[in-house]
Amino acid sequence: MPDKPFAIDLKGVSYKYESADSPALDNIDLQVRQGEMLAVLGRNGSGKSTLGKLFNALYLPTSGSACVMGKEIKSEDDAYSARRHCGMVFQDPDNQMVATIVEEDVAFGCENLGLPPEEIRARVSDALSTVGMEQYAKSAPHMLSGGQKQRIAIAGVVAMHPDIIVFDESTSMLDPSGREDIFDLAVRLNSEGVTVIWITHFMEEAARCRRLVIIDGGKIALEGSPRQVFSDVKRVKQLGLEVPDMTYLAWSLREAGIDISTDILTMDEMEAKLWDLMSGT
Amino acid sequence: MLNNITLGQYFPGDSFIHRLDPRTKILLTIMFLVCVFLSRGFLGFGLIVAFIFLCARVAKIQLKFLFRGLKPIAIIVIITFLLNLFMTPGDDLLWKWGILSVSVQGIKNALFMAFRLILLVTGTQLLTLTTSPIRLTDGLESLFSPLSRIGFPAHELAMMMSIALRFIPTLIEETQKITRAQKARGADFESGSLIKRAKALLPLLVPLFVSAFRRADELAMAMEARCYRGGKGRTKMNPLKYAKSDLVAFLCLAALVVLIVLTNKSGIGVI
Repeated sequence: MPDKPFAIDLKGVSYKYESADSPALDNIDLQVRQGEMLAVLGRNGSGKSTLGKLFNALYLPTSGSACVMGKEIKSEDDAYSARRHCGMVFQDPDNQMVATIVEEDVAFGCENLGLPPEEIRARVSDALSTVGMEQYAKSAPHMLSGGQKQRIAIAGVVAMHPDIIVFDESTSMLDPSGREDIFDLAVRLNSEGVTVIWITHFMEEAARCRRLVIIDGGKIALEGSPRQVFSDVKRVKQLGLEVPDMTYLAWSLREAGIDISTDILTMDEMEAKLWDLMSGT
Repeated sequence: MLNNITLGQYFPGDSFIHRLDPRTKILLTIMFLVCVFLSRGFLGFGLIVAFIFLCARVAKIQLKFLFRGLKPIAIIVIITFLLNLFMTPGDDLLWKWGILSVSVQGIKNALFMAFRLILLVTGTQLLTLTTSPIRLTDGLESLFSPLSRIGFPAHELAMMMSIALRFIPTLIEETQKITRAQKARGADFESGSLIKRAKALLPLLVPLFVSAFRRADELAMAMEARCYRGGKGRTKMNPLKYAKSDLVAFLCLAALVVLIVLTNKSGIGVI
Protein backbone atom coordinates (compact mmCIF):
# COMPACT_ATOMS: atom_id res chain seq x y z
CA MET A 1 0.00 0.00 0.00
CA PRO A 2 1.52 3.35 -0.99
CA ASP A 3 2.08 5.77 1.84
CA LYS A 4 -0.47 8.52 2.23
CA PRO A 5 0.64 12.10 1.61
CA PHE A 6 1.79 14.25 4.49
CA ALA A 7 -0.79 16.13 6.53
CA ILE A 8 1.95 18.06 8.25
CA ASP A 9 5.52 18.43 7.10
CA LEU A 10 8.01 20.40 9.21
CA LYS A 11 11.49 20.85 7.80
CA GLY A 12 14.19 22.35 9.99
CA VAL A 13 11.65 24.40 11.94
CA SER A 14 12.81 26.63 14.76
CA TYR A 15 10.68 28.94 16.84
CA LYS A 16 11.82 31.59 19.25
CA TYR A 17 9.56 33.66 21.50
CA GLU A 18 10.34 37.33 21.23
CA SER A 19 11.08 37.66 24.92
CA ALA A 20 13.23 34.52 25.13
CA ASP A 21 16.97 34.15 24.65
CA SER A 22 17.04 30.60 23.39
CA PRO A 23 14.62 29.12 20.88
CA ALA A 24 11.65 27.15 22.20
CA LEU A 25 11.94 24.78 19.25
CA ASP A 26 15.22 24.04 17.58
CA ASN A 27 15.53 22.59 14.08
CA ILE A 28 12.60 20.19 14.19
CA ASP A 29 11.97 17.74 11.36
CA LEU A 30 8.63 16.05 11.70
CA GLN A 31 6.27 14.50 9.19
CA VAL A 32 2.74 13.37 9.97
CA ARG A 33 0.88 11.33 7.37
CA GLN A 34 -2.80 11.79 6.68
CA GLY A 35 -4.94 9.53 8.85
CA GLU A 36 -2.22 9.02 11.41
CA MET A 37 -2.65 9.26 15.18
CA LEU A 38 0.50 10.75 16.63
CA ALA A 39 1.21 11.43 20.29
CA VAL A 40 3.53 14.23 21.29
CA LEU A 41 5.01 13.86 24.76
CA GLY A 42 7.28 16.02 26.82
CA ARG A 43 7.68 17.44 30.30
CA ASN A 44 6.57 20.97 31.19
CA GLY A 45 8.42 23.58 29.19
CA SER A 46 9.76 21.06 26.70
CA GLY A 47 8.21 22.94 23.80
CA LYS A 48 5.43 20.47 23.00
CA SER A 49 2.63 23.05 23.16
CA THR A 50 4.66 25.46 21.04
CA LEU A 51 5.01 22.67 18.50
CA GLY A 52 1.23 22.21 18.52
CA LYS A 53 0.71 25.87 17.72
CA LEU A 54 2.97 25.59 14.68
CA PHE A 55 0.70 22.94 13.18
CA ASN A 56 -2.15 25.40 12.70
CA ALA A 57 -0.06 28.51 12.19
CA LEU A 58 -0.94 30.17 15.49
CA TYR A 59 2.82 30.64 15.49
CA LEU A 60 4.81 31.03 12.29
CA PRO A 61 8.23 29.37 12.28
CA THR A 62 11.18 31.70 12.93
CA SER A 63 13.14 29.64 10.43
CA GLY A 64 12.52 26.50 8.42
CA SER A 65 9.39 25.56 6.54
CA ALA A 66 6.03 24.29 7.77
CA CYS A 67 3.55 22.72 5.32
CA VAL A 68 -0.02 21.91 6.27
CA MET A 69 -1.85 19.62 3.83
CA GLY A 70 0.83 20.22 1.22
CA LYS A 71 0.74 24.00 1.43
CA GLU A 72 3.59 25.97 2.93
CA ILE A 73 2.67 28.62 5.48
CA LYS A 74 4.48 31.85 4.78
CA SER A 75 2.06 34.64 5.58
CA GLU A 76 -1.04 35.40 7.64
CA ASP A 77 -3.25 34.51 4.66
CA ASP A 78 -1.72 31.05 4.44
CA ALA A 79 -2.26 30.81 8.16
CA TYR A 80 -6.01 31.19 7.68
CA SER A 81 -6.13 28.31 5.21
CA ALA A 82 -3.95 26.19 7.49
CA ARG A 83 -6.45 26.74 10.29
CA ARG A 84 -9.29 25.60 8.04
CA HIS A 85 -7.45 22.29 7.59
CA CYS A 86 -6.14 21.97 11.10
CA GLY A 87 -8.40 22.51 14.10
CA MET A 88 -7.26 22.69 17.68
CA VAL A 89 -8.74 21.73 21.04
CA PHE A 90 -7.09 23.50 23.96
CA GLN A 91 -6.45 22.63 27.56
CA ASP A 92 -8.91 24.75 29.50
CA PRO A 93 -12.46 24.04 28.34
CA ASP A 94 -13.71 27.37 29.74
CA ASN A 95 -11.29 29.54 27.83
CA GLN A 96 -12.26 28.36 24.37
CA MET A 97 -15.99 28.96 24.53
CA VAL A 98 -17.24 32.15 22.96
CA ALA A 99 -21.01 32.00 23.14
CA THR A 100 -23.59 31.76 25.90
CA ILE A 101 -25.47 28.94 24.17
CA VAL A 102 -23.90 25.61 23.27
CA GLU A 103 -25.08 25.49 19.67
CA GLU A 104 -24.02 29.08 19.05
CA ASP A 105 -20.56 28.18 20.28
CA VAL A 106 -20.33 25.16 17.99
CA ALA A 107 -21.42 27.39 15.12
CA PHE A 108 -18.72 30.00 15.82
CA GLY A 109 -16.05 28.45 13.59
CA CYS A 110 -18.45 27.84 10.72
CA GLU A 111 -19.70 31.42 10.99
CA ASN A 112 -16.12 32.59 10.64
CA LEU A 113 -15.79 30.54 7.46
CA GLY A 114 -18.73 32.46 5.99
CA LEU A 115 -20.91 29.41 5.34
CA PRO A 116 -24.60 29.86 4.51
CA PRO A 117 -26.96 29.60 7.53
CA GLU A 118 -28.63 26.33 6.45
CA GLU A 119 -25.29 24.61 6.06
CA ILE A 120 -24.09 25.88 9.44
CA ARG A 121 -27.21 24.53 11.11
CA ALA A 122 -26.75 21.12 9.46
CA ARG A 123 -23.07 20.96 10.40
CA VAL A 124 -23.75 22.02 13.99
CA SER A 125 -26.35 19.33 14.57
CA ASP A 126 -24.09 16.72 12.93
CA ALA A 127 -21.14 17.77 15.06
CA LEU A 128 -23.22 17.75 18.25
CA SER A 129 -24.42 14.21 17.54
CA THR A 130 -20.85 13.11 16.74
CA VAL A 131 -19.80 14.11 20.26
CA GLY A 132 -23.07 12.89 21.79
CA MET A 133 -24.26 16.26 23.08
CA GLU A 134 -27.42 16.81 20.96
CA GLN A 135 -29.64 17.17 24.01
CA TYR A 136 -27.53 20.07 25.29
CA ALA A 137 -27.80 22.18 22.12
CA LYS A 138 -29.69 24.98 23.90
CA SER A 139 -27.91 24.82 27.27
CA ALA A 140 -25.57 27.40 28.72
CA PRO A 141 -21.92 26.28 28.72
CA HIS A 142 -21.35 27.13 32.39
CA MET A 143 -23.91 24.51 33.40
CA LEU A 144 -21.89 21.68 31.85
CA SER A 145 -19.12 19.56 33.37
CA GLY A 146 -15.52 19.89 32.22
CA GLY A 147 -15.73 16.80 30.05
CA GLN A 148 -18.96 18.00 28.47
CA LYS A 149 -17.47 21.42 27.75
CA GLN A 150 -14.49 19.77 26.13
CA ARG A 151 -16.85 17.75 23.93
CA ILE A 152 -18.53 20.98 22.88
CA ALA A 153 -15.12 22.40 22.01
CA ILE A 154 -14.44 19.31 19.90
CA ALA A 155 -17.83 19.67 18.21
CA GLY A 156 -16.93 23.26 17.35
CA VAL A 157 -13.80 22.02 15.61
CA VAL A 158 -15.48 19.02 13.98
CA ALA A 159 -18.19 21.26 12.50
CA MET A 160 -15.49 23.01 10.49
CA HIS A 161 -14.67 19.65 8.82
CA PRO A 162 -10.92 19.80 9.40
CA ASP A 163 -8.45 17.20 8.07
CA ILE A 164 -6.32 17.42 11.18
CA ILE A 165 -7.22 18.00 14.83
CA VAL A 166 -4.57 18.92 17.37
CA PHE A 167 -5.47 18.16 20.99
CA ASP A 168 -3.23 20.33 23.16
CA GLU A 169 -3.36 18.63 26.57
CA SER A 170 -7.12 18.57 26.21
CA THR A 171 -7.60 16.05 29.00
CA SER A 172 -5.27 17.47 31.61
CA MET A 173 -7.99 19.40 33.44
CA LEU A 174 -10.52 16.57 33.41
CA ASP A 175 -11.28 13.78 35.86
CA PRO A 176 -10.23 10.24 34.84
CA SER A 177 -13.58 9.26 33.33
CA GLY A 178 -13.85 12.50 31.37
CA ARG A 179 -10.28 11.96 30.19
CA GLU A 180 -11.12 8.48 28.95
CA ASP A 181 -14.20 9.81 27.12
CA ILE A 182 -12.31 12.50 25.30
CA PHE A 183 -9.49 10.16 24.29
CA ASP A 184 -11.98 7.60 22.97
CA LEU A 185 -13.65 10.36 21.00
CA ALA A 186 -10.31 11.30 19.44
CA VAL A 187 -9.67 7.67 18.54
CA ARG A 188 -13.10 7.47 16.92
CA LEU A 189 -12.52 10.64 14.91
CA ASN A 190 -9.18 9.20 13.81
CA SER A 191 -10.87 5.99 12.64
CA GLU A 192 -13.20 8.16 10.58
CA GLY A 193 -10.21 9.54 8.72
CA VAL A 194 -9.18 12.63 10.70
CA THR A 195 -5.47 12.98 11.38
CA VAL A 196 -5.07 13.33 15.14
CA ILE A 197 -2.14 14.86 16.96
CA TRP A 198 -2.43 14.17 20.66
CA ILE A 199 -0.23 16.36 22.85
CA THR A 200 -0.12 15.03 26.39
CA HIS A 201 1.91 14.08 29.41
CA PHE A 202 -0.14 11.01 30.24
CA MET A 203 1.76 7.87 29.25
CA GLU A 204 -1.30 5.65 29.11
CA GLU A 205 -2.82 7.84 26.40
CA ALA A 206 0.42 8.08 24.45
CA ALA A 207 0.85 4.32 24.61
CA ARG A 208 -2.44 3.90 22.76
CA CYS A 209 -1.35 5.99 19.77
CA ARG A 210 0.40 4.33 16.85
CA ARG A 211 3.41 6.60 16.86
CA LEU A 212 4.87 8.92 19.40
CA VAL A 213 7.39 11.69 19.56
CA ILE A 214 9.07 12.89 22.73
CA ILE A 215 10.13 16.51 22.73
CA ASP A 216 12.75 17.74 25.13
CA GLY A 217 14.53 21.06 25.23
CA GLY A 218 12.97 22.06 21.92
CA LYS A 219 14.27 19.03 20.06
CA ILE A 220 12.89 15.65 19.13
CA ALA A 221 14.47 13.33 21.67
CA LEU A 222 12.81 10.03 20.79
CA GLU A 223 10.51 8.92 18.04
CA GLY A 224 8.86 5.65 17.11
CA SER A 225 6.09 3.29 18.12
CA PRO A 226 5.19 3.36 21.82
CA ARG A 227 6.72 -0.10 22.15
CA GLN A 228 10.06 1.04 20.75
CA VAL A 229 10.13 4.30 22.64
CA PHE A 230 9.07 3.07 26.05
CA SER A 231 11.36 0.03 25.96
CA ASP A 232 14.22 2.49 26.36
CA VAL A 233 13.17 3.04 29.96
CA LYS A 234 16.37 4.76 31.08
CA ARG A 235 16.25 7.37 28.35
CA VAL A 236 12.55 8.09 28.91
CA LYS A 237 13.14 8.59 32.61
CA GLN A 238 16.05 10.85 31.80
CA LEU A 239 13.65 13.00 29.80
CA GLY A 240 11.58 13.55 32.92
CA LEU A 241 8.77 11.25 31.91
CA GLU A 242 7.30 8.09 33.37
CA VAL A 243 6.90 4.92 31.39
CA PRO A 244 3.68 2.85 31.61
CA ASP A 245 3.60 0.76 34.81
CA MET A 246 3.93 -2.58 33.06
CA THR A 247 6.88 -1.44 30.98
CA TYR A 248 8.53 -0.30 34.18
CA LEU A 249 7.84 -3.64 35.84
CA ALA A 250 9.34 -5.52 32.88
CA TRP A 251 12.38 -3.27 32.96
CA SER A 252 12.85 -3.82 36.69
CA LEU A 253 12.56 -7.58 36.23
CA ARG A 254 15.14 -7.43 33.51
CA GLU A 255 17.45 -5.37 35.68
CA ALA A 256 17.05 -8.10 38.32
CA GLY A 257 18.31 -10.63 35.84
CA ILE A 258 15.09 -12.12 34.53
CA ASP A 259 15.03 -12.65 30.79
CA ILE A 260 11.98 -10.63 29.74
CA SER A 261 11.67 -8.11 26.93
CA THR A 262 10.86 -4.51 27.89
CA ASP A 263 8.43 -3.72 25.07
CA ILE A 264 5.43 -4.52 27.23
CA LEU A 265 2.70 -1.91 27.56
CA THR A 266 -0.37 -3.50 29.11
CA MET A 267 -1.32 -5.81 31.94
CA ASP A 268 -2.53 -8.49 29.50
CA GLU A 269 0.75 -8.54 27.65
CA MET A 270 2.61 -8.82 30.92
CA GLU A 271 0.42 -11.70 32.01
CA ALA A 272 1.06 -13.58 28.75
CA LYS A 273 4.81 -12.96 28.89
CA LEU A 274 5.06 -14.09 32.49
CA TRP A 275 2.99 -17.16 31.73
CA ASP A 276 5.36 -18.07 28.87
CA LEU A 277 8.35 -17.48 31.08
CA MET A 278 7.00 -19.62 33.91
CA SER A 279 5.85 -22.50 31.73
CA GLY A 280 9.11 -22.41 29.76
CA THR A 281 11.29 -23.02 32.78
CA MET B 1 -25.95 28.34 43.51
CA LEU B 2 -24.93 29.58 40.12
CA ASN B 3 -27.71 27.69 38.44
CA ASN B 4 -30.28 30.43 38.95
CA ILE B 5 -28.19 33.36 37.79
CA THR B 6 -30.11 35.47 35.34
CA LEU B 7 -28.14 37.78 33.14
CA GLY B 8 -29.62 41.21 32.87
CA GLN B 9 -33.30 41.07 33.66
CA TYR B 10 -34.47 39.00 30.73
CA PHE B 11 -37.71 37.19 31.48
CA PRO B 12 -37.85 34.17 29.16
CA GLY B 13 -41.09 33.62 27.30
CA ASP B 14 -42.58 32.91 23.92
CA SER B 15 -45.09 35.69 23.38
CA PHE B 16 -45.75 37.91 20.38
CA ILE B 17 -43.42 40.52 21.88
CA HIS B 18 -40.69 38.02 22.75
CA ARG B 19 -40.67 36.75 19.18
CA LEU B 20 -40.35 40.18 17.58
CA ASP B 21 -37.08 40.93 15.84
CA PRO B 22 -34.71 42.62 18.32
CA ARG B 23 -34.08 45.43 15.83
CA THR B 24 -37.81 46.10 15.72
CA LYS B 25 -37.98 46.22 19.48
CA ILE B 26 -35.07 48.64 19.73
CA LEU B 27 -36.58 50.95 17.13
CA LEU B 28 -40.01 50.70 18.75
CA THR B 29 -38.49 51.60 22.09
CA ILE B 30 -37.05 54.73 20.54
CA MET B 31 -40.47 55.54 19.04
CA PHE B 32 -41.97 54.96 22.47
CA LEU B 33 -39.56 57.45 24.04
CA VAL B 34 -40.58 59.98 21.38
CA CYS B 35 -44.22 59.38 22.31
CA VAL B 36 -43.51 60.07 25.95
CA PHE B 37 -41.79 63.35 25.12
CA LEU B 38 -44.42 64.29 22.57
CA SER B 39 -47.28 63.95 24.99
CA ARG B 40 -48.19 67.27 26.57
CA GLY B 41 -50.93 66.21 28.92
CA PHE B 42 -52.31 63.58 31.23
CA LEU B 43 -54.65 62.17 28.58
CA GLY B 44 -51.64 61.28 26.43
CA PHE B 45 -49.96 59.75 29.47
CA GLY B 46 -53.10 57.75 30.09
CA LEU B 47 -52.83 56.32 26.61
CA ILE B 48 -49.18 55.43 27.16
CA VAL B 49 -49.94 53.75 30.48
CA ALA B 50 -52.65 51.73 28.77
CA PHE B 51 -50.14 50.79 26.08
CA ILE B 52 -47.56 49.62 28.65
CA PHE B 53 -50.15 47.53 30.50
CA LEU B 54 -51.28 46.00 27.22
CA CYS B 55 -47.72 45.07 26.26
CA ALA B 56 -47.04 43.59 29.70
CA ARG B 57 -50.23 41.58 29.37
CA VAL B 58 -49.28 40.26 25.92
CA ALA B 59 -45.74 39.43 27.04
CA LYS B 60 -47.14 37.77 30.22
CA ILE B 61 -44.89 39.87 32.41
CA GLN B 62 -46.06 40.56 35.94
CA LEU B 63 -46.38 44.25 36.72
CA LYS B 64 -44.11 43.97 39.74
CA PHE B 65 -41.21 43.17 37.38
CA LEU B 66 -41.95 46.35 35.47
CA PHE B 67 -41.96 48.47 38.60
CA ARG B 68 -38.90 46.82 40.08
CA GLY B 69 -36.77 48.78 37.62
CA LEU B 70 -38.02 52.01 39.20
CA LYS B 71 -36.16 51.48 42.47
CA PRO B 72 -32.78 52.76 41.27
CA ILE B 73 -34.30 55.94 39.89
CA ALA B 74 -36.69 56.63 42.77
CA ILE B 75 -34.37 59.31 44.14
CA ILE B 76 -34.20 61.09 40.81
CA VAL B 77 -37.99 61.01 40.49
CA ILE B 78 -38.42 62.47 43.98
CA ILE B 79 -35.85 65.23 43.40
CA THR B 80 -37.43 66.14 40.07
CA PHE B 81 -40.83 66.25 41.74
CA LEU B 82 -39.69 68.49 44.59
CA LEU B 83 -37.72 70.85 42.36
CA ASN B 84 -40.68 71.36 40.05
CA LEU B 85 -43.06 71.64 42.96
CA PHE B 86 -41.21 74.46 44.70
CA MET B 87 -39.47 76.21 41.83
CA THR B 88 -42.24 76.69 39.29
CA PRO B 89 -43.29 80.31 39.27
CA GLY B 90 -47.04 80.83 39.14
CA ASP B 91 -49.73 83.42 39.99
CA ASP B 92 -52.09 81.22 41.93
CA LEU B 93 -49.88 80.68 44.98
CA LEU B 94 -51.19 78.15 47.50
CA TRP B 95 -48.34 78.39 49.98
CA LYS B 96 -45.24 80.49 50.43
CA TRP B 97 -42.27 80.37 52.80
CA GLY B 98 -39.15 82.36 51.98
CA ILE B 99 -38.08 81.58 48.44
CA LEU B 100 -40.14 78.39 48.42
CA SER B 101 -43.58 78.64 46.93
CA VAL B 102 -46.15 76.19 45.73
CA SER B 103 -48.51 77.08 42.93
CA VAL B 104 -51.22 75.12 41.17
CA GLN B 105 -49.07 75.22 38.06
CA GLY B 106 -46.16 73.89 40.15
CA ILE B 107 -48.14 70.89 41.35
CA LYS B 108 -49.18 70.14 37.80
CA ASN B 109 -45.62 70.47 36.51
CA ALA B 110 -44.16 68.34 39.27
CA LEU B 111 -46.66 65.53 38.68
CA PHE B 112 -46.11 65.77 34.94
CA MET B 113 -42.32 65.52 35.12
CA ALA B 114 -42.27 62.70 37.67
CA PHE B 115 -44.82 60.80 35.65
CA ARG B 116 -42.81 61.28 32.51
CA LEU B 117 -39.68 59.82 34.11
CA ILE B 118 -41.58 56.82 35.41
CA LEU B 119 -43.04 56.15 31.97
CA LEU B 120 -39.64 56.42 30.28
CA VAL B 121 -38.18 53.78 32.56
CA THR B 122 -41.06 51.33 32.63
CA GLY B 123 -41.35 51.52 28.82
CA THR B 124 -37.70 50.75 28.18
CA GLN B 125 -37.97 47.96 30.75
CA LEU B 126 -40.27 46.19 28.32
CA LEU B 127 -37.37 45.89 25.90
CA THR B 128 -34.89 44.38 28.34
CA LEU B 129 -37.49 42.13 29.95
CA THR B 130 -38.54 40.53 26.69
CA THR B 131 -35.22 40.36 24.81
CA SER B 132 -32.32 38.12 25.78
CA PRO B 133 -29.00 39.96 26.04
CA ILE B 134 -27.60 38.01 23.11
CA ARG B 135 -30.54 38.91 20.85
CA LEU B 136 -30.23 42.50 21.99
CA THR B 137 -26.54 42.49 21.06
CA ASP B 138 -27.32 40.95 17.67
CA GLY B 139 -29.94 43.62 17.09
CA LEU B 140 -27.60 46.46 18.03
CA GLU B 141 -24.84 45.04 15.83
CA SER B 142 -27.19 44.84 12.88
CA LEU B 143 -28.60 48.33 13.44
CA PHE B 144 -25.14 49.87 13.74
CA SER B 145 -23.56 47.89 10.89
CA PRO B 146 -24.18 50.62 8.29
CA LEU B 147 -21.95 52.84 10.45
CA SER B 148 -19.06 50.36 10.24
CA ARG B 149 -18.35 51.75 6.79
CA ILE B 150 -17.24 54.98 8.43
CA GLY B 151 -15.18 53.10 10.97
CA PHE B 152 -17.67 52.45 13.76
CA PRO B 153 -16.69 49.11 15.37
CA ALA B 154 -20.21 47.62 15.40
CA HIS B 155 -19.18 43.98 15.16
CA GLU B 156 -16.34 44.33 17.63
CA LEU B 157 -18.57 45.97 20.22
CA ALA B 158 -21.18 43.26 19.84
CA MET B 159 -18.51 40.56 20.14
CA MET B 160 -17.14 42.17 23.29
CA MET B 161 -20.62 42.34 24.79
CA SER B 162 -21.37 38.70 24.12
CA ILE B 163 -17.99 37.52 25.39
CA ALA B 164 -18.52 39.58 28.54
CA LEU B 165 -21.90 37.92 29.02
CA ARG B 166 -20.35 34.51 28.41
CA PHE B 167 -17.68 35.05 31.05
CA ILE B 168 -19.78 36.58 33.84
CA PRO B 169 -20.75 33.17 35.31
CA THR B 170 -17.19 31.87 34.87
CA LEU B 171 -15.72 34.84 36.72
CA ILE B 172 -18.34 34.68 39.47
CA GLU B 173 -17.47 31.05 39.99
CA GLU B 174 -13.82 31.96 40.11
CA THR B 175 -14.45 34.74 42.64
CA GLN B 176 -16.18 32.27 44.92
CA LYS B 177 -13.30 29.85 44.55
CA ILE B 178 -10.70 32.49 45.41
CA THR B 179 -12.81 33.78 48.33
CA ARG B 180 -12.95 30.29 49.77
CA ALA B 181 -9.24 29.77 49.20
CA GLN B 182 -8.40 33.04 50.97
CA LYS B 183 -10.79 32.30 53.82
CA ALA B 184 -9.11 28.92 54.25
CA ARG B 185 -5.88 30.86 54.72
CA GLY B 186 -7.47 33.03 57.37
CA ALA B 187 -8.64 36.01 55.34
CA ASP B 188 -11.51 37.94 56.90
CA PHE B 189 -13.91 39.62 54.47
CA GLU B 190 -16.82 40.29 56.80
CA SER B 191 -15.74 42.19 59.90
CA GLY B 192 -14.08 45.54 60.49
CA SER B 193 -14.75 49.00 59.17
CA LEU B 194 -15.64 49.76 55.59
CA ILE B 195 -12.06 50.68 54.74
CA LYS B 196 -10.74 47.55 56.39
CA ARG B 197 -13.17 45.41 54.46
CA ALA B 198 -12.26 47.14 51.20
CA LYS B 199 -8.60 46.46 51.89
CA ALA B 200 -9.41 42.82 52.57
CA LEU B 201 -10.78 42.56 49.06
CA LEU B 202 -7.38 43.22 47.54
CA PRO B 203 -6.06 39.64 47.82
CA LEU B 204 -9.26 38.63 46.06
CA LEU B 205 -9.11 41.12 43.23
CA VAL B 206 -5.47 40.62 42.26
CA PRO B 207 -5.69 36.90 41.47
CA LEU B 208 -9.06 37.50 39.82
CA PHE B 209 -7.59 40.09 37.47
CA VAL B 210 -4.52 38.00 36.70
CA SER B 211 -6.71 35.07 35.82
CA ALA B 212 -9.05 37.22 33.72
CA PHE B 213 -6.13 38.41 31.63
CA ARG B 214 -4.85 34.86 31.21
CA ARG B 215 -8.32 33.78 30.12
CA ALA B 216 -8.53 36.63 27.65
CA ASP B 217 -5.21 35.63 26.15
CA GLU B 218 -6.19 32.01 25.77
CA LEU B 219 -9.61 32.87 24.41
CA ALA B 220 -8.10 35.12 21.77
CA MET B 221 -5.88 32.27 20.65
CA ALA B 222 -8.75 29.79 20.63
CA MET B 223 -10.83 32.20 18.53
CA GLU B 224 -8.00 32.63 16.07
CA ALA B 225 -7.56 28.87 15.88
CA ARG B 226 -11.19 28.72 14.80
CA CYS B 227 -10.52 31.07 11.90
CA TYR B 228 -11.85 34.25 13.52
CA ARG B 229 -10.73 37.32 11.59
CA GLY B 230 -13.17 39.94 12.76
CA GLY B 231 -16.58 40.66 11.33
CA LYS B 232 -15.57 40.61 7.68
CA GLY B 233 -16.94 37.71 5.65
CA ARG B 234 -18.69 36.30 8.69
CA THR B 235 -22.13 34.73 8.44
CA LYS B 236 -24.62 33.81 11.14
CA MET B 237 -26.33 30.57 11.96
CA ASN B 238 -29.48 32.47 12.92
CA PRO B 239 -29.55 35.63 10.83
CA LEU B 240 -32.08 38.25 11.88
CA LYS B 241 -35.17 38.38 9.67
CA TYR B 242 -38.10 40.77 9.75
CA ALA B 243 -41.49 39.04 9.81
CA LYS B 244 -45.08 40.20 9.36
CA SER B 245 -45.44 40.58 13.12
CA ASP B 246 -42.75 43.26 13.04
CA LEU B 247 -44.88 45.30 10.63
CA VAL B 248 -47.90 44.88 12.90
CA ALA B 249 -45.87 46.11 15.86
CA PHE B 250 -44.67 49.13 13.91
CA LEU B 251 -48.25 49.98 12.97
CA CYS B 252 -49.34 49.74 16.62
CA LEU B 253 -46.68 52.22 17.66
CA ALA B 254 -47.54 54.52 14.74
CA ALA B 255 -51.16 54.47 15.92
CA LEU B 256 -50.01 55.44 19.42
CA VAL B 257 -48.05 58.38 18.00
CA VAL B 258 -51.08 59.59 16.02
CA LEU B 259 -53.39 59.25 19.05
CA ILE B 260 -51.02 61.26 21.20
CA VAL B 261 -50.73 64.01 18.63
CA LEU B 262 -54.55 64.10 18.47
CA THR B 263 -54.91 64.39 22.26
CA ASN B 264 -52.42 67.25 22.20
CA LYS B 265 -54.45 68.97 19.49
CA SER B 266 -57.77 68.43 21.32
CA GLY B 267 -56.31 70.16 24.34
CA ILE B 268 -58.00 67.86 26.85
CA GLY B 269 -55.85 67.43 29.93
CA VAL B 270 -53.00 69.45 28.44
CA ILE B 271 -50.97 71.31 30.96
